Amino acid sequence: MTALRPHAEDQYADELAALAAADDRPRPPGWRMSPHAVVTYLLGDGAKITPKYVGPRRLLEVAVSTLVTDRALLLLGVPGTAKTWVSEHLAAAISGDSTLLVQGTAGTAEEAIRYGWNYARLLAEGPSEAALVASPVMRAMRTGTIARIEELTRMPSDVQDALITVLSEKTLPVPELNTEVPAQRGFNVIATANDRDRGVNDLSSALRRRFNTVVLPLPASADEEVDIVARRVAQLGRSLDLPEVPAAMEEIRRVVTIFRELRSGMTEDGRTKLKSPTGTLSTAEAISVITNGIALSTHFGDGRLRSADVAGGILGAVIKDPVSDDVVWREYLETVVRERADWRDFYRAARDA
Amino acid sequence: MPEQFYGIRHHGPGSARAVALSLARQQPSIVLIEGPPEADDLVPWVADAALEPPIALLGYSADDPRRSAFWPFAVFSPEWQALRWAVTHDVPVRFFDLPFSFRLSATAPPSKEDKSVRPVDPIGELAAAAGYDDPERWWEDVVEHRGMPAFEAVGEAMAAIRESSPEDPEDLVREAYMRTVLREVRREHENIAVVCGAWHVPALDRKVTLKEDQALLKGRRRSKVTFTWVPWTYGRLSSWSGYGAGVRSPGWYHHLFTTTSEVVPRWLVDAAGVLRAEGVPTSSSHVIEATRLAEALATLRGRPLAGLAEVTEAAESVMCDGERLRVELIDRKLVVGERLGSVPEEMPAVPLAKDLAAQQRGLRLKPEASQRVLELDLRREIDLNRSRLLHRLRLLDVPWGQSQSGRQGTGTFRESWRLQWQPEFAVSLVEGSMWGTTVAAAATARVTDRARKAATLAEVTALVEVCLLGDLQEAYPPVLAALDVRAAEDSDVTHLMAALPALARTVRYGDVRRSDVEGLSTVTASLLGRVCAGLPAAVASLSDEAAKDLRKHIDGVHAAIALLDDEPMRERWLAALTSVAGRTELHGLLAGRLTRLLMDAGRLAPAEVRRRLRLPLTVGTPPAHAAAWVEGFLSGGGLLLVHDDLLLELLDDWLADIESSSFDQVLPLLRRTFGAFAAGERRAIGERIAHGRTAVNGAEAALDHERAAQVLPTLAALLGVPARSAGAPR
Repeated sequence: MTALRPHAEDQYADELAALAAADDRPRPPGWRMSPHAVVTYLLGDGAKITPKYVGPRRLLEVAVSTLVTDRALLLLGVPGTAKTWVSEHLAAAISGDSTLLVQGTAGTAEEAIRYGWNYARLLAEGPSEAALVASPVMRAMRTGTIARIEELTRMPSDVQDALITVLSEKTLPVPELNTEVPAQRGFNVIATANDRDRGVNDLSSALRRRFNTVVLPLPASADEEVDIVARRVAQLGRSLDLPEVPAAMEEIRRVVTIFRELRSGMTEDGRTKLKSPTGTLSTAEAISVITNGIALSTHFGDGRLRSADVAGGILGAVIKDPVSDDVVWREYLETVVRERADWRDFYRAARDA
Repeated sequence: MPEQFYGIRHHGPGSARAVALSLARQQPSIVLIEGPPEADDLVPWVADAALEPPIALLGYSADDPRRSAFWPFAVFSPEWQALRWAVTHDVPVRFFDLPFSFRLSATAPPSKEDKSVRPVDPIGELAAAAGYDDPERWWEDVVEHRGMPAFEAVGEAMAAIRESSPEDPEDLVREAYMRTVLREVRREHENIAVVCGAWHVPALDRKVTLKEDQALLKGRRRSKVTFTWVPWTYGRLSSWSGYGAGVRSPGWYHHLFTTTSEVVPRWLVDAAGVLRAEGVPTSSSHVIEATRLAEALATLRGRPLAGLAEVTEAAESVMCDGERLRVELIDRKLVVGERLGSVPEEMPAVPLAKDLAAQQRGLRLKPEASQRVLELDLRREIDLNRSRLLHRLRLLDVPWGQSQSGRQGTGTFRESWRLQWQPEFAVSLVEGSMWGTTVAAAATARVTDRARKAATLAEVTALVEVCLLGDLQEAYPPVLAALDVRAAEDSDVTHLMAALPALARTVRYGDVRRSDVEGLSTVTASLLGRVCAGLPAAVASLSDEAAKDLRKHIDGVHAAIALLDDEPMRERWLAALTSVAGRTELHGLLAGRLTRLLMDAGRLAPAEVRRRLRLPLTVGTPPAHAAAWVEGFLSGGGLLLVHDDLLLELLDDWLADIESSSFDQVLPLLRRTFGAFAAGERRAIGERIAHGRTAVNGAEAALDHERAAQVLPTLAALLGVPARSAGAPR
């Protein structure tokens, strides 16, 4: 049996081992490798270490340095900017274990961060160590490893605040047993949160103060983004058993260009300023527009990815608010798309969509 | 001690500190500094406490102040430190770079700044050799963070680079001149200190004969140039590239230079102060954590000390919560800084003031402290130029003339001004001289700057007007670009519509001021595109007030389109109107108005108009809607009804068609609309109806085209347009 998706530390075990073996720099207590090697693991070295993250080096340096200074790390970014991906690989490289994970939802309870009880035992034996059910955070504290918290801002505020003691005192009191679980060296927390969700359950300033924030950006250049989209579309296409679609590159470039222009509120040539729609238009959405278009053309079209196949998808991605986004899209269509000679077919398709 | 070469990095705080220390140790009897020799006379001013950096030496050609150049100095510039040391110790100073006048005579176009880019970037080569991707960081690490640069080592490194790289001819000439001065000075002095860019050190050290240098310098003529000190800002310093060594972070350098201990914590404390001033709660604990992060980052990157990159990233991550706006705030207030230099009041006049004086003479406008009124007739060349000058001066915060808009009388060619010269205008001129050396250039630079910073569309539209009034041709491209940007950002279509008529007028008439504007029509077209795209959303669910407002704007844009006489644009606008007019939920006022506009444009057949006219009177229409519809359809058209047969016929048919039972209901609506027409118009309409329409149609048929054509040449002469053949369209 093979897992649909193995953990980072299993999938890249040989790379991690090779890096750790060659690493002669000082390692912070509890770390599997030096901070420098962690950065190399994530960005790749151009040879046997594959790049896990494509983006500015300085961001990862700030992230790793944050963990060195035993401050908690908060990765912020719009959806689809590889926050979870980065946090998983950081945990895998630093602790060799990326599984100590708390998923933040509106229903996440305090037990997920502190500890719960095995009620059968609790009733039978009374409060005891054996009746205690440790949370991933508590286990990370005991073993001196990295705990990951996904979507921190989706948790209710009172649950979030359970982290304050853990992060500032580095200990988790268990008043029922009159004891505490002190964090071993190497313990730390990596949380991820969505920029756009800030309003949901914003962090209290007391908690916020205990995190260093790193904002993961959208891809810097069109080529970089086209590359990411094309690679991901190919991977997804294989797993969905879609046939290879020819001439998709042109459409990918067009979709990426439209997404980038609307997102940044500026045409790629820097000549025309645009309004931005309310949606995020992340790289992940561009990927889904293309995959969707390929599926359309395969099953209902002539097997070639045409502008009509992506136009509907783009419209759906751009127009999230039916009133204001519609104006943005029409203005973009009329002032930018219309003027581009080689975009005629797309203009027509988008107008009819 | 014999002569010493101090190869420095321009505006490098580490070099500056090292130069000051080394000079104190060397105690030279003369200091040579890379700079324009014509400015030697201005050195004593350095002792004046009122001369406070950042300042700049401004050099300009005496006959043509537009040909000018600046040499900025900050407190952390090594050259400034050398100047200060020499002046306080009574040691003579000579600037020994190539004279500015040589450069003026060498190149035909005004050499605004030294654009000679060296074949290679010397610091870049050294940095690349050391494995740094950013030369600035390398210099910071290797030289400035270690406090004391090894001047000899830098010189040797430069010599190694220069051996293997092509030479810039401009550099060779400059160095020949430097050597010539050096030879001359050596005759009288032994203990010489030379402060110049590190790049030049090996060349000055080399043995070259006098003859070779003279050959290089031959044929350079001196023209008359004048120098003065002007105030400068850190903002200008950061965008300046005159030395080829632009300073991106003057505030940080200032901090490095003035702070001797705890550089990083002090900087972060300042950053916290900036954030607190903006109401962002920032505790000491933030500063502590930011300092730790900055140091950890420096260690990870193998740097001896945290640099600007590390402190910025640490501040971003810890204190700004990753928010871009806060980082930019720190960047603007701290990294660049807002420091403004000053010069003593007795400083010789700046070229801007001279240029103004020359223009005042040329235009026979004397600056007087008493108030007087000036009437200008813009059809006269001299008055037009006077008006332009006054408008430009207002841009430079010299409101010498106040426009008397109330008394403008009829005609666009009259302007009335109230003139009064205030002594403090002289100060404004000194401050304004950082924008340029002539009134026109400074005003252009100022407008460009303001357009870039403008927050709203209305502000930029006003600037377009100002450009027109001051005839600032060169300011148009940036101002129009800013207009385009604001138009894209403005989500209120009525703002865009309000901006359009003024632009259209400018495009169409080029104005009494005879300015012809390239690019304005493109911007107008794109503005119209945005209006057309936004109109459908703007007309939905309007209150009576808003509808009235929008109707005014639609009328304005419609008139502007007619002015522009551009078929594709007209087509686009009418297409947009057509699509909007068909919507059922439209406010009555607009529905009526749009029907009317489209009918006038020939887009609606009379039958269709008749159908639409009848609709408001049917049972399903609420009375208020019907009233608004009729008002929108007929408003402002009293006179038109007298002359437009088609319209009158339509209306007449419609009235006659109304059944007598419902006429009572319609009457108030009609009265409301017709009541707004002038009494004379109403009578004329009545008379037309009374006389019957057939006669009018007959009169049209009897028009004698040949007789009518006879008046055309006279009409053409009156209107000032070339005569056209009688049958040609307008």
